Amino acid sequence: MTQPAVNTSPKTWDEVKTTTCYMCACRCGIRVHLKDGRVTYIDGNPEHPVNKGVICGKGAAGIMQHYSPGRLSKPLLRVGERGAGEFKEIEWGEALGLATQWLSEVRAKDPKKLAFFTGRDQSQGLTGWWATQFGTPNYAAHGGFCSVNMAAAGLYTFGGAFWEFGEPDWKHTKYFLLFGVAEDHGSNPIKKGLGQLKARGAKIVSINPIRTGYSAIADEWIGIRPGADGLFVGALIHELLTAQKIDGDYVLRYTNSPWLIIENPGHADDGLFARAPQGSALVWDSHSNSPMPALSPDAAPKLMGRFKLPDGRRAVTAFTLIAERFLDPEWAPEKVAERCGVPAETIKRIAAELARTAFEEEIALDVPWTDHLGRYHERMVGRPVSMHAMRGISAHANGFQTCRTIHLLQILLGTIDVPGGFRYKAPFPKPAPPGVKPAGKPGQVKPNTPLPGPPLGFVAAPEDLLVDAEGTPQRIDKAYSWDAPLAAHGMMHMVITNAAKKDPYGIDVLFMYMANMSWNSAMNVPDTIRYLTQKEPDGSYTIPKIIYSDAYASEMVHYADLILPDTTYLERWDCISLLDRPISEADGPADSIRQPVVEPDRDVRPFQTVLLDLGARLGLPGMTRTDGSPRYPGGYPDYIVNHERAPGIGPLAGFRGPNGRSQGRGAPNPEQLLRYIANGCHWFYELPEHMKYYRHVNWAYLDWATFFGFIGKPEPVIHQLYCEPLQKFRLSAQGHGKVVAPEQHRQRIASHFDPIPFWYPPFEGEMVPEAEFPLHAVTQRPMAMYHSWGSQNAWLRQILGRNWLYMARGMAAKLKIADGDWVTVTSHHGVIKAQAKLMDGVNPDTVWTWNAIGKRSGTWGLDPGADEAKKGFLLNHLISELLPEREGGYRYSNSDPVTGQAAWYDLRVRVEKAAGQSDMSEPQFATLKPLARAE
Amino acid sequence: MTSLPPPTARKLGLVIDLDTCVGCQACVTSCKEWNTQGYSAPLTDEHTQGAEATGVWLNRVHGYEVREAGQDQSRIVHFPRSCLHCEEPACVTVCPTGASYKRAEDGIVLVNPETCIGCKLCSWACPYGAREYDQSHGVMKKCTLCVDRIYNDNLGEDDRLPACVKACPTSARHFGDLGDSSSKVSQLVAERGGYDLLPEMGYKPVNKYLPPRARRDATTSRAEALPKPDGSAFDRLFQWADKVLSPGKGSARANEVDHSGKLEG
Repeated sequence: MTQPAVNTSPKTWDEVKTTTCYMCACRCGIRVHLKDGRVTYIDGNPEHPVNKGVICGKGAAGIMQHYSPGRLSKPLLRVGERGAGEFKEIEWGEALGLATQWLSEVRAKDPKKLAFFTGRDQSQGLTGWWATQFGTPNYAAHGGFCSVNMAAAGLYTFGGAFWEFGEPDWKHTKYFLLFGVAEDHGSNPIKKGLGQLKARGAKIVSINPIRTGYSAIADEWIGIRPGADGLFVGALIHELLTAQKIDGDYVLRYTNSPWLIIENPGHADDGLFARAPQGSALVWDSHSNSPMPALSPDAAPKLMGRFKLPDGRRAVTAFTLIAERFLDPEWAPEKVAERCGVPAETIKRIAAELARTAFEEEIALDVPWTDHLGRYHERMVGRPVSMHAMRGISAHANGFQTCRTIHLLQILLGTIDVPGGFRYKAPFPKPAPPGVKPAGKPGQVKPNTPLPGPPLGFVAAPEDLLVDAEGTPQRIDKAYSWDAPLAAHGMMHMVITNAAKKDPYGIDVLFMYMANMSWNSAMNVPDTIRYLTQKEPDGSYTIPKIIYSDAYASEMVHYADLILPDTTYLERWDCISLLDRPISEADGPADSIRQPVVEPDRDVRPFQTVLLDLGARLGLPGMTRTDGSPRYPGGYPDYIVNHERAPGIGPLAGFRGPNGRSQGRGAPNPEQLLRYIANGCHWFYELPEHMKYYRHVNWAYLDWATFFGFIGKPEPVIHQLYCEPLQKFRLSAQGHGKVVAPEQHRQRIASHFDPIPFWYPPFEGEMVPEAEFPLHAVTQRPMAMYHSWGSQNAWLRQILGRNWLYMARGMAAKLKIADGDWVTVTSHHGVIKAQAKLMDGVNPDTVWTWNAIGKRSGTWGLDPGADEAKKGFLLNHLISELLPEREGGYRYSNSDPVTGQAAWYDLRVRVEKAAGQSDMSEPQFATLKPLARAE
Repeated sequence: MTSLPPPTARKLGLVIDLDTCVGCQACVTSCKEWNTQGYSAPLTDEHTQGAEATGVWLNRVHGYEVREAGQDQSRIVHFPRSCLHCEEPACVTVCPTGASYKRAEDGIVLVNPETCIGCKLCSWACPYGAREYDQSHGVMKKCTLCVDRIYNDNLGEDDRLPACVKACPTSARHFGDLGDSSSKVSQLVAERGGYDLLPEMGYKPVNKYLPPRARRDATTSRAEALPKPDGSAFDRLFQWADKVLSPGKGSARANEVDHSGKLEG
C-alpha cells in the first residue's frame, strides 16, 4: 500500500518577531509567527531568561486574545446614564481634548481630586512618574489588593520578597515548602522549577487548603485551614528553637538578632535599638564585655542575653525576644494543631525534615567570596531548604505578620540567598525597608505643581505617614494613614467606596487603566456599582468624571464616561523595567521590551503613549520642553529610550551609551530599541559566580549594585528579624514620639505592629459569629487563566467556561448537599447561588472556586447567555470592602491593618442547599448592552 | 478496511509524566495553535463567544481526583489525552477508505483529509477517545505527533519537537523513538515503570505514561521529631547560643544581666 505524501516541511509563516507575552504577569519571551500580516502561532523564545523556550496555556492562546471580539475599537463618550451602555464613538482629538480639559481643571484647583489608579499595569515606572508630575498623591496600581503583604513583609525584613523579587534556588534546593495558591505570579519560572525539583527528586510540600494546581504534584499536601499558616510556621520555629536547630552563624552575622533593644516599658525609647551616638545600632561584644557598633569587624556579639548599658538602661538582644516568643508553649505543635487543621505529629515531622535537610545535607559551592566586614569565605555554604508563598498568605488580614513569620523561619535556617535557599532577583536586595518615602503630606499637594517625590514609598516611622495634624488620611484610599500605615502599594480596593462616601473627601476625576473595578477586581460588587452610579441631590454623579482605558469591553467600561481604547499586547511598545516590576533572574538582572508585531486594525492607541500625550497637553514639566512642546513626541518608545530617572539610568538597563555597550548606567542610546530587538527583545546580565549568593552581605555584589543604581550605597542589608519601624508605631500608639496615633486607632496599632512576627486570627472570622458562618471561602487561580482576561478567551473558555463551588465530601454530606446541587452561599454581607461539586482534596471547613470566571452578561464580546454569566459566579459579592462596625461605629477597610492588603481570603460563609434548583447562578445583574464589536 | 504496514522499527511517540504534570494546559493550547494552521488545519471552533462553545482539539488534559486504597488523602492527577499511535491501531484497520493509516517509516498514525469520508468508524474503534470529528469540514482529526514540525527543515533543530513537548513548562512531556531501547524516552520508561493505557485491548499503544511517584508524607515517612531537651528549652537555647556562638571570655560578666532579667552576681 502506498502512503499519501505528506509535506513535513511546511512554512506556515513568513515572518517571526520576538516580543514579550502579556497573557499574565509572568512576562515570558515569545516568538510570534506571522503569515500575510496575521498572527498564526506563538511559542516561547528559547533565548529568553524568564521562560527559556517554554510557554503556558495562556501564552499559547494569545492569538485569541489578540483577535478577541471583545476588543474596543474607537474612543467612546457616554451619552446615556452610567451603566446603560449608551456611548457614542468619538475621534481621538475630541477624546484627548476632553480628558485634557477635565484633568487640567483638577490640576489647577486641587490635584489630589484626581484619583489615578492602574490595574495589572506593567508600566508603573511611567504611570507613577506621571502621577508625580501631575501632583496627585492618589496613585497606585492594583498591588494593594494583590501582593503588598508579600512585598512589604519581605522588604521590611530582608530587602527582597517572595512575589516577583526572588525565587527558590531550583538547581540546588532539596526541600521546598510552597504556601498557598501561587499559580498567578512567576507562572512559567515556578513550573519550570517544579519540573527541576521533580527530576532531581527534591521533596515538595504544599501547604494549601486545596489540593489543586501545583499542590497536585506535591510529595506531601498539608490541607491547612485558611489564615492559619502563621501558626503552623510559628510551631515549626518553636520546634527548631527547642532543638537548637538553627543556623547560628548566619543569624549572628547577617541579621539583627544580636542587636540590643532597650527595655524601658512606658518610655519613649522602649523597644528601640540601643544606638551609638553616631546612630549605629549596638551589639554586646563578648570580648570587651561592652556594647559595640553592630557592624564592627572586631565585635564578637552575644546572640542572647540582657545587659546593662553604660548609661544605665537595660537592653536585650533581639534574638532573646524572638526565642522568648516562640519557645512559649502556646506555639507548641499540640497547641496549634487544631486551629491549623494539621496534626501535631505532622508539624513535628516537617520541622525535623527541615532541620535534617538544612543541617545534615548542607551544600557548599567552591566559590570564594568576601562579606561586608571584609571576612574572606573559602566557600559558599548553603542550606538546601527553600520556600515560596504568594496570594494564599497575602490575601489575609494577618498576611503581613504571617509572611514575616515565614521569613523568620527561612532566616533561622540560614537559607536566604544561599545555595539551595531562596534567592534574590535584581534589583534586590535593597535596604530593609527601602529608603524612598511616599509624597503627599499636607502642603506637598499644590495646584499645577508636581509632587516633591513619588506617591508610593516605604514608611519607616509615624512621621512618614500621609496624615494631617488630626490624623486625617491625605489619600483617597487612606493608604499611609493610621488605617494602613505601611500601604506600600496603595489601596485600590477602597478608592470607589471612599470617593462615593467622600471619606476623607470627594474627588473630581477617577482615571483608571485596565482594572475591572466594577466586577472581579472589586470587593462588594453590588455596592460598588451603586457607588459608581450614585448621584448628588443636583443630579450630578458623586464621582463626577470617570476616564477609563482598556483594550476590551470589560464590565468597567460600562461605568466610565470617557473610554480611551488601548491596543492589544501585540500592537504596542512596552518596557519591562528594573525601575518597575523586574523580570530579573536570580543569576542576574534582566529586562525586556514589547515591540508592535502587528499594526492595530482599529482606531486604538497604546495607553502609555496616550498618557505621555496627555501629559504634554497638560504641560506637565517632565513631559514638556521649556518651549511647551512635547518632550517625548515619539510617544512611549521615545520615553523608553530617552527618559532618565537619574543621570545615565533609564527604563532599560541594556545597550546604553553611545555604542550600546554600557549596561546599567549610560547615556541614552538612540539605537537601544533596535539593539533589544536584535537580541530577542530582552537583555540579561549574568553575575559572576562570586556575586550570585549572599548578596545582602556580599562586598563585591554590593559594590557592583551601587554602580548599577540598585542601591544608593554599598552597605549590607542586615535582615531585620526585629522590625524597629513597627515598634515606632507601637510607641506612637502609647503616646510617644513626634507623631502620636489618634486615640481611636491606638489599640489596633499597638496590637498589630509587633516588631516580632506573631499570629492573630483573620478579622472577619473574629467579628462574625462562627456558628452562623462556619466555613472559609477562598478562590484558587486556574493556571490557564489570568483573571477576567483569560475567561473571555475563545480557547481558554472552552477549557474552563464556568466555575463551581467545590466543597469537601464529608462536609457536604453533613449539610445534605449532593454533587451538582445548587447551593446558597451566605456571608455577613451577601448571598450568592452557585452549583456545588464535591471533592476530597480540600480542607473540610473550606469551600472554594476558581477566580474571576464569572462574568456579567453582555460584556467582553461574549453572548449574553454565555455560561460565564449564567452559571459562573464570583465570591466578590460576598466580600465587604469594610469590616463590620467596631466600637464607636468606625468601619475599617477589610484589609491587613499594617499594609492595607485586601483580605479577600478572610471570607466566612455558610452553605445550604438552595430552595430553587433552577440552572442559573445568582445574583444575575441586568445584562449590559453589548458594545459594538470590532470587525 | 485498511491494512497496517509491517511492524515499524521506529516508534515515535510521547512519554507523559503524570508525577510532574500540573495541568497547566500549555500542551493543549500550543497543540491547538500549531495544528490549526498545520497538517490538520483548521481545528475549527464553533460558537466561540456563546454558551455552547466547542472546538476540535487534538490534545486535552483532564483532572481527576483519585483515592488509592488504604489512603486517607486523595490525589489530583492531571491526565493529558491524545492519540497514542498504537502499534496495532483499530482506528486504522477499521477505516473503509484507507484515510486512516500508520506510517511505515515512524509509526505515526495519520488521517488523510483528502480521502476521509467522515464516517466516524475510527472514533468508535478508538478506546482512548483520541479522535475528534470536525463537524464543519466533515473529516476526522487527530494528533499527528506534529509530523509537520519534527521533520520540518524550516525549523531550527531544537524546535523539531511536537508543539506540546516544546511548550511544556514542567518538562512532563517527552518525545522520542520508543522502538529504540537505548533512547532517552525508552530509558525513562524503564526507570520509572512507564505503562500502557488499557493494555488488555491489545492495540499496543506507543505512548507511555509515567505513574505518580509514591507519596512522601505521613503515610510513608517515618515518624520523627526533633529531640526535646531536658529542662527549660529557653535555658538550653541560651547555653547553646552562649557556648557555640559567643566564644567570649566567660568570666567577665559585670554588666550582664541573666536572661530572666535579674542582674548576675
